[in-house]
Amino acid sequence: MLRMMSPGLLRYLAGRLLRALLTVVGLVTIVFLLVRLIPGDPVEAILGDQAGPEEKAELRRALNLDRPVGEQYLSFLGDMADGSMGTSFRRPDRSVWSMMRDVLPYTLVLALAALLVAWAVAIPLGAIAAANAGRGWDKVASTVAVAGLAIPNIWLGPLLILAFGVKLGWLPLPGDDLAGPEALILPAITIGTALAAVLTRQTRAAMIEVLAQQYIIAARARGVPNVPLLLRHALRNAMLPVMTIGAAQLGALLSGTVVTEKIFERQGLGTLFLDAFFARDIPVVQGCVLVIAVIYVLVNLAVDLAYGVVDPRVRLS
Amino acid sequence: MKKLRDRLRNTPIGVTIVVSFFVMGLIGPWIAPYDPLAIDLLHEYEPPSWAHLLGTGDNGIDILSALLHGARLAAIVGIVVVGVSVVLGTLVGTWAGYAGGFSDHIITGVADLVQAFPAIVLNIAILALVARPGLMHLIVALAINGWVLYARLARAETLSLREREFVEAARALGVPTHQVLRRHVIPNLLGPLVIQATTGLGVVILAEATLSFLGLGPGKAVSWGALLDQGTSVLLRFPHVALFSGGAIAVTVLGFNLTGDWLRDRLDPRLR
Repeated sequence: MLRMMSPGLLRYLAGRLLRALLTVVGLVTIVFLLVRLIPGDPVEAILGDQAGPEEKAELRRALNLDRPVGEQYLSFLGDMADGSMGTSFRRPDRSVWSMMRDVLPYTLVLALAALLVAWAVAIPLGAIAAANAGRGWDKVASTVAVAGLAIPNIWLGPLLILAFGVKLGWLPLPGDDLAGPEALILPAITIGTALAAVLTRQTRAAMIEVLAQQYIIAARARGVPNVPLLLRHALRNAMLPVMTIGAAQLGALLSGTVVTEKIFERQGLGTLFLDAFFARDIPVVQGCVLVIAVIYVLVNLAVDLAYGVVDPRVRLS
Repeated sequence: MKKLRDRLRNTPIGVTIVVSFFVMGLIGPWIAPYDPLAIDLLHEYEPPSWAHLLGTGDNGIDILSALLHGARLAAIVGIVVVGVSVVLGTLVGTWAGYAGGFSDHIITGVADLVQAFPAIVLNIAILALVARPGLMHLIVALAINGWVLYARLARAETLSLREREFVEAARALGVPTHQVLRRHVIPNLLGPLVIQATTGLGVVILAEATLSFLGLGPGKAVSWGALLDQGTSVLLRFPHVALFSGGAIAVTVLGFNLTGDWLRDRLDPRLR
């Protein structure tokens, strides 16, 4: 496998991996420093101002906050490296990672479903808009895109519940524990709408570019009918940039799960994160921040690497 | 002709929304018919009526009054966060672009790291470390994300301005660096920064609403996001609370987006 790759590609892969590693180490360090640098004592934040000095000293010892910062940093790195990510304040018997592992699948499924919703809307809509650029369908698509971007997800979620849960009664209401996979539909739409709006614009732009290429004009001249032309010749080549999740969209997707899990009373990483926040369970807060950041770095890395392999031009830049 | 029609169609809505929002923020608390924190348990969660134009919410508070007070909080948070972010981002970004080299690497590196986080996650992490998050903490948390956008913009523009003849001429004449930046570089950044800041206000207002919605807002203040949170918890029985508070957020954010687009068309001659 390695022998098949050119030195240029190898150098690109190595450089990209190194950068991802540095980003993760940088993020770990920032998360660590945040806790120590931000004014306000985490011990006081956890116990409240009513706690006695002995109680505070004990917690400080339990959290290693009484030791020199360098030593704290090393033990923090050790916790991160051995995969446990430390121990929860609220549940001393559980490692932070085991708590996250329990809920992570729910969040990943939700994020994936949202992505599918976005693709299912954006790709056909963007393609139709491009094929009819400047005409009726194009206007419909651009209106949908503007509206999708304008509606905040904290409002869209409640609106969808009112429309499809209460008025029409088609889909389960939040907190319905007996609901099956259809309970995923409304949360996925809540997150996916803004993404769909962005991707519709991207698909449209990519398609318009492809439709102006010589080979499309040639195919048209050969008498290839419209629909196969769009699907087989144009859309396939326009898809590559669209399937790529840009950094900003991925961030929106992950932020969206935090908000949406709250609205729809779903369990997941976002709910764990918020609960830990309100309980000032700082190891869990740190762990969630880190896992979200690592997911973020890894997905970006995977997309970049795939691009580097598929498109040789990327490696040069 | 088409351009004129487009302009007439696009101008008023966005700008009207933004102006009314700021007017609400300015005089809202004075014209509010009720105290937004006044408890009236006999009239809890009433639908809109003549006494309460937008109905009542949790503990019988008047929703219209709460929205008028909330506009002030949103406006203050928006203006302060965007103001701090623009000033900080412009200084840092201009310096990175003009000086280049080591300081550019450091600044770009920090900006990359901050952007590597989903903004809301970073905000929550920061607020988690404070015993009782207040308005000040919220502003700091939002500004830590905010400056990056303006720093990137200022850096990119400075990189191209640095090579321009009038800047080179000033340098050749022996004008000190700080004066070159102040007189020749920064004034030329203002257009793009104003456009970015307009859209940025909408982003910050939405971020404040989202954090308040999640329960992380400043404790006592009346916030649109906190009102939407209350509304969502009683959504199935009293939908009007969520509809009005969420609508206020959505319309305001849309207004800033439209105004940003409109300003871009007007201020950026390249797009004409």
